[in-house]
Amino acid sequence: MNGVIIATLVVSLTGLILGIFLGVMGKKFAVEVDEKQIKVREQLPGNNCGGCGYAGCDALAKAIAAGEAAVGQCPVGGAAVAAKIAEIMGTEAGDEARKTAFVKCAGDCEKAKENYKYSGVKDCSVMPFVPNGGSKTCTFGCMGFGSCVKACDFDAIHIVNGIAKVDKEKCKACGKCVAACPRHLIELIPYDATYKVKCASKDKGKDVIASCSAGCIGCMMCTKQCEHDAITVENNIAHIDYDKCVGCGKCAEKCPKKIIHLD
Amino acid sequence: MNLILIAIGAALVNNVVLSQFLGLCPFLGVSKKINTAAGMGGAVIGVITVASAICSLIYNYILVPLDLVYLNTIVFILVIASLVQFVEMVLKKCSHNLYEALGVYLPLITTNCAVLGVALTNVQNSYNFIESVVCGLGTAIGFAIAIVIMAGIRERNEDNDVPESFKGMPIVLLTAGLMSIAFFGFSGIL
Repeated sequence: MNGVIIATLVVSLTGLILGIFLGVMGKKFAVEVDEKQIKVREQLPGNNCGGCGYAGCDALAKAIAAGEAAVGQCPVGGAAVAAKIAEIMGTEAGDEARKTAFVKCAGDCEKAKENYKYSGVKDCSVMPFVPNGGSKTCTFGCMGFGSCVKACDFDAIHIVNGIAKVDKEKCKACGKCVAACPRHLIELIPYDATYKVKCASKDKGKDVIASCSAGCIGCMMCTKQCEHDAITVENNIAHIDYDKCVGCGKCAEKCPKKIIHLD
Repeated sequence: MNLILIAIGAALVNNVVLSQFLGLCPFLGVSKKINTAAGMGGAVIGVITVASAICSLIYNYILVPLDLVYLNTIVFILVIASLVQFVEMVLKKCSHNLYEALGVYLPLITTNCAVLGVALTNVQNSYNFIESVVCGLGTAIGFAIAIVIMAGIRERNEDNDVPESFKGMPIVLLTAGLMSIAFFGFSGIL
């Protein structure tokens, strides 16, 4: 019993002495760090995930304090942390509009026609080696094998009914899915964008109708409706300029194929 | 004479990295540039020398009299960890560039088994205080020599036409193996 007490005493005393030594030396060798950096670091989540593109929370805090990174750079903390950091930095958190990923395809299992049944490797990247680039007739749309799902660190994108769908609330707009999609179907759009074109097919109208019931046929009806020049048709596909769009919804009303959606 | 033998033995013949295979993590991790390798070597020299001195003192004057020899590992680790913290503070204050270059490998000296290895070797060979310090210094210099040579070779390797499959770590590990064989030649001098 005596041995246990002595052992405990020795180890804890050693620890105590070393602790005091370190504390004193810490004061003596203290490096002047920007006060803002310390405060910003305190607000960051501290799990060093690297989602911001920096080496860790310390590196991000340094960059924010130096004004090199945006206050809302931390994808994990989101708006709440951005607001607190903005307060420390004395800027507005709303400087940078929140963005979200958006999949430009609505050709789910019911809407998109299939040429054949595919039962091979379930991965988007092998599709270029498969006849017609996959079983769907449309060669532009989502293949639904989830390369983007695997790329997402935030569980924000899922395959629903054969096509990828982004959970706007969970999406941190990190852009990993954008890079992962071999068909470049995903783009980052403003979080509060209202009407979106849910198609990416550059086929001519007739071919689009033949392959999918939710495809843009490039009829230009929407461009004629828009009073703000916000929507253009190029390569048989409508495109909305979100800087100009006011969200009146006239394009969606007139769209004969109903591919301009609110959600 | 005995002390010189201990130092040479620790530095060259029983080189920590190349013949005892301790402390391989920083040896492979921080050996990309000679400058940072030398910095790492310097930090390790400081830590190991001071650690073996303090550990020897604690062992001989606290643990042995109190019959607590079985606590040596835990106490040594305590000492080493705080020493590394201390070195980190000093480097951060005095040489911020080196601090950034060493990055995560600096706190990792704590878990560099070479440091604990020396402390335990000293105990095993029942060295006295001065012998422990010399042994620690020798070992650390051996580590520094190995890592600086490695960095030099790696810098040269960058310019070489390395086969595709050997690029990166494989060629480094091969180099380490060849260095180890070369250092084996020192075993004849004692």
